[in-house]
Amino acid sequence: MSKLTPVLSANWDQKDSFTFEAYKRNGGYTAIAKALSMKPDEVIQTVKDSGLRGRGGAGFPTGNKWGFIPQGDNKEHYFVVNADESEPGTCKDTPLLMANPHVLIEGIIIGSYAIRANHAFIYIRGEITHVVRRVQQAIEDAYKAGLLGKNILGKGFDLDLVLHVGAGAYICGEETALLDSLEGFRGQPRLRPPFPAIAGLYAKPTVVNNVESVASVPAIINNGVAWFTAMGTEKSKGFTLYSLSGHVNNPGQFEAPLGITLRELLEISGGIRTGHKLKFWTPGGSSTPIFTDAHLDVPLDYEGVSAAGSMLGTKALQIFDETTCIVRAVLRWTEFYKHESCGKCTPCREGTWWLVQVLKDLEAGRGSEADLDKLLDLCDNIMGRSFCALADGAASPIISSLKYFRQEYLDHLAAGKCPFDPMTATLFESAGVK
Amino acid sequence: MSIQELGADQQVQVEMITCVIDGFEITVPKGTLVIRAAEKLGIQIPRFCDHPLLAPAGACRQCLVDIEINGRAFPKPQASCTIPVENGMVVKTQLTSPVADKAQKGIMELLLINHPLDCPVCDKGGECPLQNQAMSNGRAESRFEGVKRTFEKPVAISSQVLLDRERCVLCARCTRFSEQIAGDPFITLNERGALQQVGIYEEEPFDSYYSGNTVQICPVGALTGTSYRFRARPFDLVSTNSACEHCASGCAMRTDVRRGKTLRRLAGEDAEVNEEWNCDKGRWAFKYEVAKNRIKNPMIRDSSGQLQEVSWPEALAEAANGLKNSRSGVLVGGRVTIEDAYGYSKFARVALNTNNIDFRARLHSQEELEFLATAKTNATYKDLDNADHVVLIGFEPEDESPIVFLRIYKQVHKRSIKVTSIAPYASRGSEKLKANLIKSASGSEVSAISALSGLTSKSVVLVGERISETEGGLSSIVKLASDTGAKLGWIPRRAGEKGAIAAGALPNLLPGNRLISNSSARVDIAAAWSVDSVPSEIGLSTEEMINSDLQALLIGGIDPMDISPEAKIKLAKKFIVSLEIRQSDITDIASVVLPVAPVVEKSGSFMDWQGKVRKFEAAVDQTLNRSDVRILSMLADEIGKPINLPTVNSARVEFESIGSWDGEVSTMKLVVGAGNKAINNDEAIISSWRNLLDKGSLQDGEENLAGTARKSKVVISQSRAKSLNVSDGDLVRVSNNYGAVTLACQISDIDESSIWLPRNSLNSQLIRNLGVVSNSVVKVAKA
Repeated sequence: MSKLTPVLSANWDQKDSFTFEAYKRNGGYTAIAKALSMKPDEVIQTVKDSGLRGRGGAGFPTGNKWGFIPQGDNKEHYFVVNADESEPGTCKDTPLLMANPHVLIEGIIIGSYAIRANHAFIYIRGEITHVVRRVQQAIEDAYKAGLLGKNILGKGFDLDLVLHVGAGAYICGEETALLDSLEGFRGQPRLRPPFPAIAGLYAKPTVVNNVESVASVPAIINNGVAWFTAMGTEKSKGFTLYSLSGHVNNPGQFEAPLGITLRELLEISGGIRTGHKLKFWTPGGSSTPIFTDAHLDVPLDYEGVSAAGSMLGTKALQIFDETTCIVRAVLRWTEFYKHESCGKCTPCREGTWWLVQVLKDLEAGRGSEADLDKLLDLCDNIMGRSFCALADGAASPIISSLKYFRQEYLDHLAAGKCPFDPMTATLFESAGVK
Repeated sequence: MSIQELGADQQVQVEMITCVIDGFEITVPKGTLVIRAAEKLGIQIPRFCDHPLLAPAGACRQCLVDIEINGRAFPKPQASCTIPVENGMVVKTQLTSPVADKAQKGIMELLLINHPLDCPVCDKGGECPLQNQAMSNGRAESRFEGVKRTFEKPVAISSQVLLDRERCVLCARCTRFSEQIAGDPFITLNERGALQQVGIYEEEPFDSYYSGNTVQICPVGALTGTSYRFRARPFDLVSTNSACEHCASGCAMRTDVRRGKTLRRLAGEDAEVNEEWNCDKGRWAFKYEVAKNRIKNPMIRDSSGQLQEVSWPEALAEAANGLKNSRSGVLVGGRVTIEDAYGYSKFARVALNTNNIDFRARLHSQEELEFLATAKTNATYKDLDNADHVVLIGFEPEDESPIVFLRIYKQVHKRSIKVTSIAPYASRGSEKLKANLIKSASGSEVSAISALSGLTSKSVVLVGERISETEGGLSSIVKLASDTGAKLGWIPRRAGEKGAIAAGALPNLLPGNRLISNSSARVDIAAAWSVDSVPSEIGLSTEEMINSDLQALLIGGIDPMDISPEAKIKLAKKFIVSLEIRQSDITDIASVVLPVAPVVEKSGSFMDWQGKVRKFEAAVDQTLNRSDVRILSMLADEIGKPINLPTVNSARVEFESIGSWDGEVSTMKLVVGAGNKAINNDEAIISSWRNLLDKGSLQDGEENLAGTARKSKVVISQSRAKSLNVSDGDLVRVSNNYGAVTLACQISDIDESSIWLPRNSLNSQLIRNLGVVSNSVVKVAKA
């Protein structure tokens, strides 16, 4: 029996799943009626009790975040959704919003009601124009249905929802950089404290939640805390989207309880590319330390992945088989971080600039073993020294790759070149397109 | 545990925090940042982005230290410039934590990978925080073998500031200064990653009056002053603390001299005055000292009317001859030091036996004379820090006293305090202060002043010298201050005016604010000067002396075009002894010219607008030029009535020993204001003030500075523009019987009856061009 628990993705196979009608048909927009009949604090308590944790990477309890918003402060509150999904490998929010944008809107209405916000924003990645259009249409439909705007469902609750399109910066996925960008400034992380819950958007109390976290709320309201906590593990409750990509036969989104293992997910997804074997993988996007075939049975929940030396992150499982050169893969990621470093702090800005140059030499087989130690020491000077977590994400794959595949780096140096044929790692190679 | 910090009117309880840094316990006020607490112990944590007067950024990461609180350690090193101390905090800096030490060395290595390391040709080399801290907290050798990023260099971000982007460590001090302190966010960081760079918006140049501060606080050689670039190495310079001679703000300065030549001036530090800032005029306008027309030797006019260089004895004899036994007076000028003003004051009374002395080389009135002799103007910067409301009357702080502007802006930025300005229109400075504008035509301010309400004893009323151009203006201000209890500050433009009042360089005043009309005050001074008596008759004012039939005048540094268009012609008929630095309109007509030293070549002191004495020593020593007071003393000897002030120091000691008047004080006779002027449709009431950067003679010779002066424009109202059928930028002609000025117009929310022009800027030198500067009807037409 499949271990999958489709909730958010339950109706993705319906042709019109993204439409307002389909969402209603499938039981959508029933949770808001329930939520708006509750006291806002009860909604917060329900989400707290469910143990729902942030699906954007850090895993912070969503209900607690909502509870931090000071109430009765006579200030405007803002509810902001982080849809700036841009990390290599991470690809859950984009399909979710394509196939089911209304579940997010319903979650936003509930969340805004809970924290007593009358303005909500979706900050969406600018490159995904097709998703922008779809979400925009969904918002219009929700307005038409009276689910956004004044006096929603006659409960006296007003909410305006604005879709804001980013301009193509990975750093704007960092919540304070996102807020700066939303305010019209260059996206660079802000100094904390004050935290967004106290002084966020326009210096007002603000919640910033990931798309998937917010989208999970309607189901919790509808089905109850017990239903949600029955799934998952002790400290990682509920279901989540696992995104498998790379050298798997059947890549895609797999919605399963937290704590499932890669071995199980591979069974469901048709296994590693036929004729090949697993070499390494990321548990949660390119910023999380890599795993190898020794980690097939690590429970993919917040604690399990952490105990094995990585992070659950966005549950973006990029799978690489034995044809992949680890040095090349790490270099590609590092180039991404160099390109996306916002420039605010020294270790990230200068460090990524330098890391790329060192890795390029190593991939080309130039250098000596001492360069590997230098690379590690350099990562040590970057990791945990920067303003935000971007640089940690840049150093993590390098450190972990050297931990598991040092010999492969040395092989490059011994050969004076990369010993791999990159063509063999491409997915079209086996189909004969050369 | 607590200490008490003295506020203006109240004592503020400050909670104290005790923490341990590198094993040493220290107690500091709550809110103190770790990096600052460490400084108090003498522990220097390296830093770049941190600056005590800017909000923390945490960007450079150079100041990483290990911190634990009540036994719980942070998992990674923290930026000590962003974290306030807490009770139970234990901090380990690079001195005691190997992790912090390695973190700092790592950051330094990273900062240097893209730095050109061109120290041998960089202006900053030798005084560079990056260079110094790379030595103290960096690795001996870099492990970077790759390719550095490069940029085209330099980029002129204004005519006076150049940017070498590849040297920049992106600490954002300059951009934060411009935004947080100056309110001129014309530079910003753009691009990202290692390509991030300081940039300007092409359509909005970096024309901040305070741009020089960004050069000074740049911790590397990325921002350099155009005029100083490649001129000197820091280790060849001799630095002297000095004071600024440009305005009454009173900035502490540092003057850097190499082989007798001033090469640069920097803002000095004084928390009670300019904090660490100054304006671009104070920083860069010093080339007048080395101008070609400097007067080096005494001169007398020969029979053919030509000035001829002569010996000092010959010149002094000629001057004494012309002055003694004639009805004479003294025009001091507004730029004198206290010591020199005291010399002039004593010289007039003792050597010339007259009270004909006035420092006011500008428009002035009898009402002002009364005001200056009697009004209590004792507001301070500290009062601005604590003010609930600041009222500006006839005073544009950004143009006329730029550090006063910074202090008001600081509180507007920090506490959103209320600012009210009585002016014809909202200047850029007044917009930056978010001032509530009470639009008033020049000459009609009295009704606006009388209508002010809501002032408290925490309010500060700042008055500019220009209000003397409005009849009844100062009287209504005195009444306002006494009715409301608000603190009053009178802020002249020139650095010497406040000191000249104290020294008694006025026709109705003796040193130490003693009224000439008061007989015991006269006795006081006569005793101090060991003379039988001082003259008891009130003397003539500047204008009266010029218009009078006085035969001889002793004139310090003045420009007759600051007073009236006919002043020079009238003065030319008199026997003039001129004490001057450079050739001027006065030396042109003088019979005797005696060279005196500019500020950098002499010692002395200015009195700032608060009344605080700003003492300075000579930066360029061993010049042959002397301060005015020494020459006056020699001249008095020659006349045979010695004033016995052979040195600056002797003048200072004598002046200080006299002290301030503590006897009976008189109050001002209040003057009633005039009504509004009637004007026709094609007429307007002219209003003006001097822009900070303009044709002022002390800015001569500094083209880079002049490059950022604001463009001369005539400001007109929307409805006037409509009736003239002009739009923004079209030429408008302003004229009267005397002459005309034609300038591009700026349509703005100005009082309907008024137009505004800069008083002494390019193509708009109003006394020269129109004979009037304010409070007068002019014709306005499309050009």
